[in-house]
Amino acid sequence: MNRELQFNIFRYNPQDPNSVPHMQKFSLNETENMTLFIALNRLREEQDPSLIFDFCCRAGICGACAMVINGRPGLACQTKTKEMHPEITLLPLPVYKLVGDLSVDTGVWFREMYSKVESWVHTSTVFDPAAEEERMDNSVAEQVYELERCIECGCCVAACGTARLRDDFLGAASLNRIARFVVDPRDQRSDKEYFEVIGNDNGIFGCMGLLACEDVCPKQLPLQNQLGFLRRKMGITAIKSIF
Amino acid sequence: MQTYYSDLLVIGAGLAGERIAVESADAGFDVIVLSIVPARRSHSSAAQGGMQAALGNSAMGEGDNPDVHFADTVKGSDWGCDQEVARMFADTAPIEMRRLAHWGVPWNRVVPGKSFYFKGGEKFEKVEKEEKAGLITARSFGGTAKWRTCYTSDGTGHAVMCTMDNRCAQLGIDVRDRKEAISLIHDGETCFGAIVRCLRTGKLEVYLSKATAVCTGGFGRIYKATTNAVICDGGGHIIAHDTGVVPVGNPEAIQFHPTGIVPTDILVTEGCRGDGGTLLDVNEERFMQIYEPDKAELASRDVVSRWMTHHMRQGKGVKSAYGEHLWLDIRHLGDQHISTKLREVDEICHYFLGVDPRTQLIPVRPTQHYTMAGIRTNKDGAVYGLKGLYAAGEVACWDMHGFNRLGGNSLAETVVAGGIIGAKVAEYLKGCETVFKTELVKQALNKQEERIADLISGKNGKEDVYSVRGELQDALMEGCFVFRNGKDLEACVTKLQGVLERSKHVGLRSNGIGANHELAAALKVHGQVKLGMCIAKAALERTESRGSHTREDYPERNDQDWLNRTLAYWPEGADMPDLKYEDASPVFELPPGDRGYGGGKIIPADPEMVKSKTITK
Repeated sequence: MNRELQFNIFRYNPQDPNSVPHMQKFSLNETENMTLFIALNRLREEQDPSLIFDFCCRAGICGACAMVINGRPGLACQTKTKEMHPEITLLPLPVYKLVGDLSVDTGVWFREMYSKVESWVHTSTVFDPAAEEERMDNSVAEQVYELERCIECGCCVAACGTARLRDDFLGAASLNRIARFVVDPRDQRSDKEYFEVIGNDNGIFGCMGLLACEDVCPKQLPLQNQLGFLRRKMGITAIKSIF
Repeated sequence: MQTYYSDLLVIGAGLAGERIAVESADAGFDVIVLSIVPARRSHSSAAQGGMQAALGNSAMGEGDNPDVHFADTVKGSDWGCDQEVARMFADTAPIEMRRLAHWGVPWNRVVPGKSFYFKGGEKFEKVEKEEKAGLITARSFGGTAKWRTCYTSDGTGHAVMCTMDNRCAQLGIDVRDRKEAISLIHDGETCFGAIVRCLRTGKLEVYLSKATAVCTGGFGRIYKATTNAVICDGGGHIIAHDTGVVPVGNPEAIQFHPTGIVPTDILVTEGCRGDGGTLLDVNEERFMQIYEPDKAELASRDVVSRWMTHHMRQGKGVKSAYGEHLWLDIRHLGDQHISTKLREVDEICHYFLGVDPRTQLIPVRPTQHYTMAGIRTNKDGAVYGLKGLYAAGEVACWDMHGFNRLGGNSLAETVVAGGIIGAKVAEYLKGCETVFKTELVKQALNKQEERIADLISGKNGKEDVYSVRGELQDALMEGCFVFRNGKDLEACVTKLQGVLERSKHVGLRSNGIGANHELAAALKVHGQVKLGMCIAKAALERTESRGSHTREDYPERNDQDWLNRTLAYWPEGADMPDLKYEDASPVFELPPGDRGYGGGKIIPADPEMVKSKTITK
């Protein structure tokens, strides 16, 4: 302990005409159990109140604080300084629009995604408040939940080779979202309907299989399995449509 | 200047806000929802445990029904709740859980056959019935007579939040993130919408609406140590309270949790102590058995928090860069138990502390957890004082929690209240006509523009916002935390008067341009100090102990004088809240009695009064 940490932080405020993108150096005394959440807040409160970054739950469950930490997308709240070299470089996530400094606009990106993949249960059943709930196998419920654990931090998309090259690529988070509805028996969409959304190069066939999405996912979601599962399913759907 | 118009403006896109939006949109109304973060990052999503609803599907929930849930809720509230509201809540909760299932929540389901569960470290067997297979199941939570908590693994809030937000997307509801309401537009009688700061550009926008609903969650962040997300800073309370005509209900009712980890105050579950974990002091010695010989670490949340605080006051706390704390020891539970039964705790220790709980101690301290306090509404969710203004969820004092909230009732409240109040909002909107006075809007906007300009130029002074906020947080931790007494509360009120004065002279150090956080903090710090003052003053006046409000100098629950709810008004220009009181409940379905836990003496209410208000259902 008692290390002096050196921070190298990306600075740019697009709303300020005088602002020029640059890296700024800060130094800070390390304290016991320090995380980047503590460090960044101290930097803002004690040294430079103009510093822009996002935190929300600060407990690794909301995804607000994703940034590129020493070259790798991750959650700042669950990054402990004691496990790092004393020189720490922080950059905003690529792909998303920059709000300022380390803050990017994931909200708009994900909301557009919801409408593209129609992120809701498609059913013709009408809810009857007087009736018992529709039964479901517990293992199916758990399978759905496993895919719904995504916190929309955006790390997978920021780390994705295809998404970096093409801004119309849906990315692992969106494909995982589709998979969540494919396994949900309440959703009555057919494979053909899913094919119309993801059966192309913007969707499941655009994935280069570089595996970075799963490597950086802070929730350890089985993203590659889902991509494989959907690719097979969509491949078969494509072949079937020929005959 | 951008102006947006809608039938309903919802401020806050957590579960309560989105549930209201869905209900109103379903009724055909045009809704805009504002949120300072993307909706799914709302603090609702952090709730892991579950939602209480008396479905009675699981073996340990057999025989459960809304009457039992109602009784648990009233007892939990220490008879501080509105019993009409608690009744509505208990009756509606099962329907809402089923509706959520229909919308897509992957609730855990009943699996027939034998299985095991643990209670107090002991292993028991239960058998789930074949005919209940596939129905929504439930787990056990503190303070409930039956297993009633519906859940989705360890991410109930997250799963329900995803489903609710999907429902909003499906209905085409306009949910706008990075928007912060900084004041309401009103004429002292009716609310017409809000002045909003865009957190992308820093620009001000006007939102006009026939009805406005504030659903911004709790205000834990005015305490230094809190389990709340950083966005739970009282923004919604402040804009309502600032109107001068809206009261905060029961500001003194704040819940504390014994085991927030230090430094980040993330919660580690009560299960640690339930399974045999112990609390140690600076000498690594146990101490709970000194104070509670029978229950020791297993005493209730508020009791353990109190003794921990007391022990630290005795000089037995561990000093750290983040203040004093104690230790939680689960080393003796062993690798297998920690890896399976306490996996979440293991992960928190690993990710946020770099501590291995198999070999190392976990630094913990009592931490602010939940605000029963909130914007006072009637049972329809309509806010006292302003027509067209509603509130729901933790921000509101609706008031089903009274002086203590039961686990699993808060998350359930968000959707149940959201549904009930959403329907009432739709009723209000039906045939509602409004005239927006342009002069009123202009005045409201000018006032905010002026505030911002003054903060940036430092016209009123150069006080540092973070230092002022820090002083508020320290004052509440010292004088208005787990334990309260006349002497410390008076000192707290006096200290807060000084902080209130300082808060009027805040000036920015940065330029305030764009998504500037210092400006956001500066815009609300004065309101935060006012909230702190309401807590301290109301706690000073309430000379009894009820639920989470513990007065060392008045240990009895005094139903004779204090079976009521505090209403803290803050008239414009005042430097102290104006405290009024109303009856805790208009009727008693369950007359005041013993909670069955927590001990303590009760000074009974006038039996004639109780009799006259008691109804049978």
